[in-house]
Amino acid sequence: MTAFLSLIGRETLAFLERGGRMGIFLVASLASVVKPPFKLDPVIRQVHFIGAKSVFVIVFTAAFTGMVLGLQGYYTLRKFGSEGLLGSAVALSLLRELGPVLTALMVIGRAGSAICAEIGIMRNSEQIDALECMAIDPYKYLMAPKFVGGILAVPLLTFIFDVVGIGGGYMAGVLMLKVNSGSFFEGMYSSVAWQDVEMGIVKSFVFGLLIIWISAVKGYYVHMEKDGGFGAEGVSRTTTNAVVMASIMILVWDYLISAILL
Amino acid sequence: MTGTSSQNSLDIELIGVEKSFGPQKVLDAVDLPVAKGKTTVIVGGSGQGKSVIMKHMLGLVEPDQGEVRVFGRDISRVKKKELQEIRMHFGVLFQNVALFDSMTCFDNVAMPLRERTRLTGTEIRKTVMDKLEMMDLPGIEHKFPPQLSGGMKKRVGLARALVLDPKVVFFDEPTTGLDVHKSNEIYRLFYKTQSQLKYTAVIVSHDVPKIFKLCEFVALLANKKIQGCIPPDEFQRSENPYIRAFVETTMGTIYSSEREESDLYEFEED
Repeated sequence: MTAFLSLIGRETLAFLERGGRMGIFLVASLASVVKPPFKLDPVIRQVHFIGAKSVFVIVFTAAFTGMVLGLQGYYTLRKFGSEGLLGSAVALSLLRELGPVLTALMVIGRAGSAICAEIGIMRNSEQIDALECMAIDPYKYLMAPKFVGGILAVPLLTFIFDVVGIGGGYMAGVLMLKVNSGSFFEGMYSSVAWQDVEMGIVKSFVFGLLIIWISAVKGYYVHMEKDGGFGAEGVSRTTTNAVVMASIMILVWDYLISAILL
Repeated sequence: MTGTSSQNSLDIELIGVEKSFGPQKVLDAVDLPVAKGKTTVIVGGSGQGKSVIMKHMLGLVEPDQGEVRVFGRDISRVKKKELQEIRMHFGVLFQNVALFDSMTCFDNVAMPLRERTRLTGTEIRKTVMDKLEMMDLPGIEHKFPPQLSGGMKKRVGLARALVLDPKVVFFDEPTTGLDVHKSNEIYRLFYKTQSQLKYTAVIVSHDVPKIFKLCEFVALLANKKIQGCIPPDEFQRSENPYIRAFVETTMGTIYSSEREESDLYEFEED
């Protein structure tokens, strides 16, 4: 019984400690973003890495997602004789849910894992200590450009995802399955409201922040991870951990933001 | 208190520093003065906490008890900004060098200049090339650290540590993993740069007889305390049981060979 109670206590304390660490990390990182001096160069490099280099994956994913939406939507809507709503179904599901969520998941796989591993290795080989000893703030130097880069890049990628996805839906629905092109676009115009676009934008900003936060904090504290192991194995497990945790958080927050904004 | 009377001549002073990691006490009332412009070597067995002492001086670890005074200020109590200012005067050569391995050597050495000063690109370039030249490392600026040998990495690390002309330079096991020849090379560069730049040096080392020729003070960390911070010749004659035990185990062979050598010379003179 006492063992059980102490287990609960230990786990709770560990949970609080981890949560506190993550919170402090986020506050320190965001504070470093707004603290001068501002350097454009590292931010551009991060936007390039997180954003530009993900464009191919995003376009590819978006095209097929849009096409499968067109295909599935067409056969479902045809049962009710309302193929004309295909455009609105494709656009709404992309703008509100699939665009931000799938973009975020792809960015986690491509950039989130890389950020976590990179920072974890820097921590393990004392490069972060070296930064501190050179009086260079690791938050300002390492984290701030990543946060800014992520918060800029994810919405931009989401925008690309939405546009390409709608193009994919058009291809599957109109070009292949011969839905009337006019009604495809007309349905879209009449049903998509600003709130739908807004929801997508809010989500993509929040997801950008979440991805960088979780990937970076996991890497930064790789030496404190309770079940992380050490050295190379520690980095690999922590990276896996970060990817899983970030993906779950994206889905949880996707629901929460939808519930709040709807 | 000795600390106040000799404060001007000390760059760093540990006063009654205690530190535990979990239940294990690593440092117990450690007092250690580091004299300005001199070389202080911290020796001791593995796992005794020599690096922990250095991390206290760098402000990477906070003491549980006691003070770590750097340039007269207690660095465990200063604000983050002040700590950054103090660290501006530090140069550190880490045990595993800790070069930024995804940057070229040039960028590694240039980084403190780019982040901490307002020098222009050409000035940075000149300073970095001078420092690399000083370390006998011409033509490697475009290489990445993993492409270099261990000794070269150490020299790039030293160039980076010295690039801001620091007042105090810390060396954590500067010759670990290097062969005799390369160790001598590092010590030669250390001697050369210190005579040029006049910095205070704190060295944690295992390289015992050799390091004695380069330093002014030797401090032995044993039994969680500093056993004397005294000149090397006094250190070798000390009556302190810990120091005697250390000298006997680490320098026994050197003593006998020196004796043999002097015997030899006497022979020749005869």
